[in-house]
Amino acid sequence: MLYREAGQFKTTYAADQQLFPIRQDRIGVLVLLAVAFLGVPLLASEYWFSAILIPFLIFALAALGLNILTGYAGQLSLGSAAFMAVGAYAAYNFQLRIEGIPILISFILAGLTAAGVGILFGLPSLRIKGFYLAVATLAAQFFIVWCLTKFPWLSNNSSSGVISTQQLIFFGHELKTPVEKYLLVLSIVVVLALAAKNMVRSTTGRAWMAVRDMDVAASVIGIRLMRTKLLAFAVSSFYCGVAGALYAFCYLGSVEPDGFSLDMSFKILFMIIIGGVGSIMGSFLGAAFILLLPIFLDIALPFFAELFGLPFSSATVSHIQILVFGALIMFFLIVEPHGLARLWQIAKEKLRLWPFPH
Amino acid sequence: MNFFLEVLIGGLLSGVMYALVALGFVMIYKASGVFNFAQGAMVYMAALSVVGCIEKGAPLWLAIILAFGIMTLFGIATEKFVLRKLVNQPPISLFMATIGLAFFIEGLAPMIFGSDPRALELGIVDEPIPWILDNWNMVISKFDLVAAGVAAVLVATLALFFQYTRIGRALRAVADDHQAALSIGIPLQHIWAIVWGVAGFVALVAGMMWGARNGVQFALTFTALKALPVLILGGFTSVPGAIVGGLIIGASEKLAEIYIPPVMQDLFGGNFGGIEGWFPYVLALLFLLVRPEGLFGERHIDRV
Repeated sequence: MLYREAGQFKTTYAADQQLFPIRQDRIGVLVLLAVAFLGVPLLASEYWFSAILIPFLIFALAALGLNILTGYAGQLSLGSAAFMAVGAYAAYNFQLRIEGIPILISFILAGLTAAGVGILFGLPSLRIKGFYLAVATLAAQFFIVWCLTKFPWLSNNSSSGVISTQQLIFFGHELKTPVEKYLLVLSIVVVLALAAKNMVRSTTGRAWMAVRDMDVAASVIGIRLMRTKLLAFAVSSFYCGVAGALYAFCYLGSVEPDGFSLDMSFKILFMIIIGGVGSIMGSFLGAAFILLLPIFLDIALPFFAELFGLPFSSATVSHIQILVFGALIMFFLIVEPHGLARLWQIAKEKLRLWPFPH
Repeated sequence: MNFFLEVLIGGLLSGVMYALVALGFVMIYKASGVFNFAQGAMVYMAALSVVGCIEKGAPLWLAIILAFGIMTLFGIATEKFVLRKLVNQPPISLFMATIGLAFFIEGLAPMIFGSDPRALELGIVDEPIPWILDNWNMVISKFDLVAAGVAAVLVATLALFFQYTRIGRALRAVADDHQAALSIGIPLQHIWAIVWGVAGFVALVAGMMWGARNGVQFALTFTALKALPVLILGGFTSVPGAIVGGLIIGASEKLAEIYIPPVMQDLFGGNFGGIEGWFPYVLALLFLLVRPEGLFGERHIDRV
């Protein structure tokens, strides 16, 4: 009922190739964007912006980056947090060292810097794959964080590499309130998400998927492996780098290299596993899920503890959080390897026939 | 020169400890093709259960037996409830599942046994051997030597077990070809359960050694991560590879920690300690570029 696409004929190539070929989807996306840009700023409180919405969008962007690399091109990476760190520090340095550079330009340059570093650490992917590559990306994780701590130039000689980001000047106007920062982050994320959605259905995206499914076969049919794999690393690191810059400038305001730890890389990986490997929307769903789960557990666990009269310390709560994360990962991999995005797809299929299933 | 030798030997001995963890990885990878990221967490869990049982009042020998029981049961449960459900999935899914498993253990084990760092007393003192100290002026810890001895015994036992027992032969057959092994009547599921049990045992030995040396604490899981570059160097399927890789990683990281920072300090100024943290990974990365299958790994031929 809600999803009846009968009667929607595509008579031109343009209509056949558009991003959202079904009218309900188009309307849905437009409504969602309208709510995000207009509705949310009117309704949400300051706490919501700075503690939930902004980190959600930033992590969704990072997850999107990792999803391009892991979900589409099939190269598992455990170093996404390090590429975020590169982006954050690059943006800081561009702002610091180039007089009057617009903030957007420095974000883009930060993304490009991260892309360069990504290509460097992606080089081994030409020779190795699978777990070997996963371990190789651990080298990126540890090495980059170490470099940022130890080379004082990168953090403008601050102790232990902590940086405090500059003001966000956007076309002569300083963005101070969470709402303004939220709108900036939202615009960047929307543009990059649409770009990603387009990219994965282009020649490049199809080449990535061919490499993911079987790289020997892909090279036999004439896909240049080196270009394809390195491009995946570059694009993925670009997204992570921009996410890192936003993380430093719009979310925390002051970051240290150790904040971009292996744990954060795992968190981003979990987002794409739970959200859906190889799905743009899955990155958003996964990010929301992983960010909301701890908040939910924080509230729910003490409640249950009181209900059953169990003694609960805050340490136990954090242990249970880790445990639930692990259990959920295994659960999703076993029951629904395509994650929340697939569940949403199933829901759509059902809605097509609802309320008359036959 | 003396100092160099001391660092080298100290590194080799700590490399033995890495090799102990890496052995567990190799066991599971050989038999079931699963790259078990949770091996480090299993080491942590094993050490915690020994300490936990001692705290409850059990003597050391009983605590070890109990911990062995816990690890075996846990291994078998993992095989039954997680990995068996993931049969025929791409290896990368299995790998991600073991990352989930690692988190699960890291939450579960401290919840049961408590998370504060504790010492584990095995009755071996961690002090330099006086005889070497007197004659060569080198500090070589007694404990490290004992750990090396334990590792040697463990490897020899595993090698004999693989080579000469019925189960060992079945394990090798399964490692070679699952379907062929099934078709000649080897019970695949039993074999996997046994492998996870043995991996639990290896984790127990590694956990006790590490725990006695550095204390039983969460950082154990990070140390265990160092076993990954060891595996890359040695090759995923080779027991001797794990040992040799462990020795190379241990020795080279200690030497790098001593000799690289002063050079970098001359070049750039500032303090460049902590190279140990990433050196093994970068070494493994560079090594991969030259020889992707590792020192002793099997060369893999891709077919469409």
